[in-house]
Amino acid sequence: MSRYGGGQTILAAVDAIFGVMSSCLSALESEAIEIIREGVATAARPVMLYSIGKDSSVLLHLARKAFWPAQPPMPLLHVDTTWKFREMIALRDRVAAEAGVQLIVHTNQEGIDAGITPFTHGSDHYTDIMKTVALRQALDAGRYDMVFVGARRDEEKSRAKERVFSLRNGAHQWDPKAQRPELWNLYNTRLHAGESLRVAPLSNWSEPDIWRYIAAEGIPIVPLYYAAERPVVERDGQWIMVDDGRMPLVPGERPQLRRVRFRTLGCYPLTAAIESSADTLDAIVAETLAAEHSERRGRLIDHDGEAAMERKKREGYF
Amino acid sequence: MDPPLRFVLCGSVDDGKSTLIGRILHDCGQVFADQMEGVEEDSRRYGTQGDATDLALLLDGLKDERQQGITIDVAHRGFATARRRFIVADAPGHEQYTRNMATGASTARLAVVLADARKGILPQTARHTRIAAMFGVGHFVLAVNKMDLVGWDHDAFESIVSGYRTLAEEIGIPDVATIPVCALTGDNLTRSSGRTPWYTGPTLLEHLEAVAVEPRTAGQPFRMPVQYVNRPDAGFRGYCGRVVSGTVKPGDRVRISPAGTTATVESIMAWQDTRARAKRGDSITLTLRPDVDVTRGDVIVDADRPLEVADQFQAKILWMDDAPLTVGRRYRLKLHTREVEATVTRIRHRIDVSDGSQLAAPHLGINDLGVVNLATSRPVPFAPFDESRELGGFILIDRATNATVGAGTLTFALMRAANLKWQDFDVDGEVRAELKRQRPRCLWLTGLSASGKSTIANLLERQLVTEGRHTYLLDGDNVRHGLNRDLGFTEADRVENIRRVAEVARLMVDAGLIVIVSFISPFRSERDFARSLFEPDDFMEIFVDASVEACAARDPKGLYAKAKRGEIRNFTGIDSPYEPPERPDVHLDTEGLSPEECVEIVMRRLA
Repeated sequence: MSRYGGGQTILAAVDAIFGVMSSCLSALESEAIEIIREGVATAARPVMLYSIGKDSSVLLHLARKAFWPAQPPMPLLHVDTTWKFREMIALRDRVAAEAGVQLIVHTNQEGIDAGITPFTHGSDHYTDIMKTVALRQALDAGRYDMVFVGARRDEEKSRAKERVFSLRNGAHQWDPKAQRPELWNLYNTRLHAGESLRVAPLSNWSEPDIWRYIAAEGIPIVPLYYAAERPVVERDGQWIMVDDGRMPLVPGERPQLRRVRFRTLGCYPLTAAIESSADTLDAIVAETLAAEHSERRGRLIDHDGEAAMERKKREGYF
Repeated sequence: MDPPLRFVLCGSVDDGKSTLIGRILHDCGQVFADQMEGVEEDSRRYGTQGDATDLALLLDGLKDERQQGITIDVAHRGFATARRRFIVADAPGHEQYTRNMATGASTARLAVVLADARKGILPQTARHTRIAAMFGVGHFVLAVNKMDLVGWDHDAFESIVSGYRTLAEEIGIPDVATIPVCALTGDNLTRSSGRTPWYTGPTLLEHLEAVAVEPRTAGQPFRMPVQYVNRPDAGFRGYCGRVVSGTVKPGDRVRISPAGTTATVESIMAWQDTRARAKRGDSITLTLRPDVDVTRGDVIVDADRPLEVADQFQAKILWMDDAPLTVGRRYRLKLHTREVEATVTRIRHRIDVSDGSQLAAPHLGINDLGVVNLATSRPVPFAPFDESRELGGFILIDRATNATVGAGTLTFALMRAANLKWQDFDVDGEVRAELKRQRPRCLWLTGLSASGKSTIANLLERQLVTEGRHTYLLDGDNVRHGLNRDLGFTEADRVENIRRVAEVARLMVDAGLIVIVSFISPFRSERDFARSLFEPDDFMEIFVDASVEACAARDPKGLYAKAKRGEIRNFTGIDSPYEPPERPDVHLDTEGLSPEECVEIVMRRLA
């Protein structure tokens, strides 16, 4: 039996083919829209973190639906490490313009000036400076109190412990031992000055739900999610794509063309591809349902020691 | 595909909850290979099962949990079989984490309650069952775990089942299934056990796959709390919310609660389109004709089935804060999308979690369950919780700490006449202080001229303001030129001067401010008078201490020189006495300490 129940593969494929939303997807959609509206209704300065990945794409789509015929009353914030795949940046600019929302792009200039790259400083330090610190800088600059994120509880086990409305202190830190009780859909959005809430409308979605929804709604996604021949090198048993000339190759290492796709997208040197021939949404759904490994396996930063993700969150990473 | 069945796994500590769900996930093939590798690695480090893999570590997602081998907070985990999808809330068993268990129970339709076959029904088993039932869980499964440790004994099982049925009956739970299991080995979880031939019922998973859970709102009229008013321009007003019961279509007559006004549904907006109908569970945007006044917190309902509106209730409460629930204290109450002030006017009784008996209680402590009378500052539209989870469940938020301190369910509205009326907003010192999120006090700096009072007072005030406090500084400069312009420097005038300053400080403390008074105030009797105006802990006498010689040497305004030349009379320290405090609350030696160090000492005392 596959992780998501063998019998549902066919149903999912049928949903995907006909673009029909199942009662399950429509319940998840309504729940997410309720959460987004609740956050915006009680926020002074809401913002949506937009990473250009599949979850962000779904989140933005839901925000557009929640406030249609108005535009989502909050800007998108993209923390650009300057190491994102080029196809991601192209989609970001197109989608933001189409949705008619303000796009804020923030890069940690101090990190750039200090020459921090994923190759020279190790993934842990790089992530801290270019993602965690950068995010804190951008959130402080905007004085945002309600920060929408695309996190799902099925991604990782410390996320499974987190509230839908997750309190962060003035330094953006999560205190897992002091979470507010969260009863029904009654979210306590009261904050002291400097505090903020990370709001995760997709908390109860699974990875296949995301794909089914993308298929049912025709949401544009980065083409890297579809299998194609791409230049990659093999490192520690993972396929790393050579997206531009900045990637240093070790002696004897030559990029080779492989049919690969990405289950998750981040900074290209830190995100591994999987060998796949899934070049349609149906094939992706089928592949996801049959997967033996979690999507986070392709994220190199999750493996920086035990409890890596919990520690990053305590420090203010999303 | 239907939405997932949400269930909560509860029971006392060490009854094996995380192990049970870990085992089910594993046996259903719901664990990714890389996740399993992580659990195996964690098992070697923290496992409680010797060399075997500790499947509880699949769920214990926090580092502290893995290290301590306990569950602290609730984990939400999705999984699926060929027949059904599930989201399970794995709740902590420790009493101190009851509020996290309540979080998991509140969104569940079914509870799997674990009991250790050797220990039976513990107070915590009863507490969890009671809380789950109170928060709307309608279906229960008692899983008697660790059956291997009682030799798979049928009688042991039956005796626990009978104890639990008594409890369920007392609480009023109609549906209880009972299953003997062993979470460690998986017996009767996903496959029938050969070791319990006397048990012929379904496995736990089979039961979960088959159990029918109906929402209680079937057959109820259209109701939708308004979350958000969408008003992009003057031409469009849409009312956003999630339908909690019934259906709605264009042309339906609706009523706005609590105002009571009526209107007709003009359209139901959908993404880039309109839709013909919406039902329970849908998040929608309605437009109405005529455009009546509707705001967040109103409920749009079927015009012929108005909602009850009240400001006095009987309610059940689970208290979740270290500071007890006290009668008369004001909290913020959140009910559907409406927030109002609320106060508990009476604690009718506390509920003994084990046997349900009613105990007299002056207050409710953390993890206590109680029945109370509740008054809200304004009438609110509601439905009893038994009828509607969405319109009858509420949380209480502390106004000073913003913590969620209580969760409860409205049982019914009380007749106004039978109760105390809401004390319409007694604005007092406590309310003003809570608004400013600070403890108001009077910091009284006494000391010789040039001892450093003004320097310290200014620095102190700046520090307090930096930390977001609301302050005021009273000193000779801003008092002598205005309020006390009519006073000279005679003994009588100096006493009157201090009296007025003390009275003004008292009013400002009542207004919620941290008041810094910087006056020589040489006489003990005057300072004692000032102290007498305040609550004991609200007045802090701070002695800014420097010798006359040191002050005369500093003499920034040349006053000591003038006094010595006889040009100023009655100058404290020269020809008028200074009575140093005998037991100041804070003693600052400004000959040995810098002003910054002095401020730090005071700030520490205030913390």
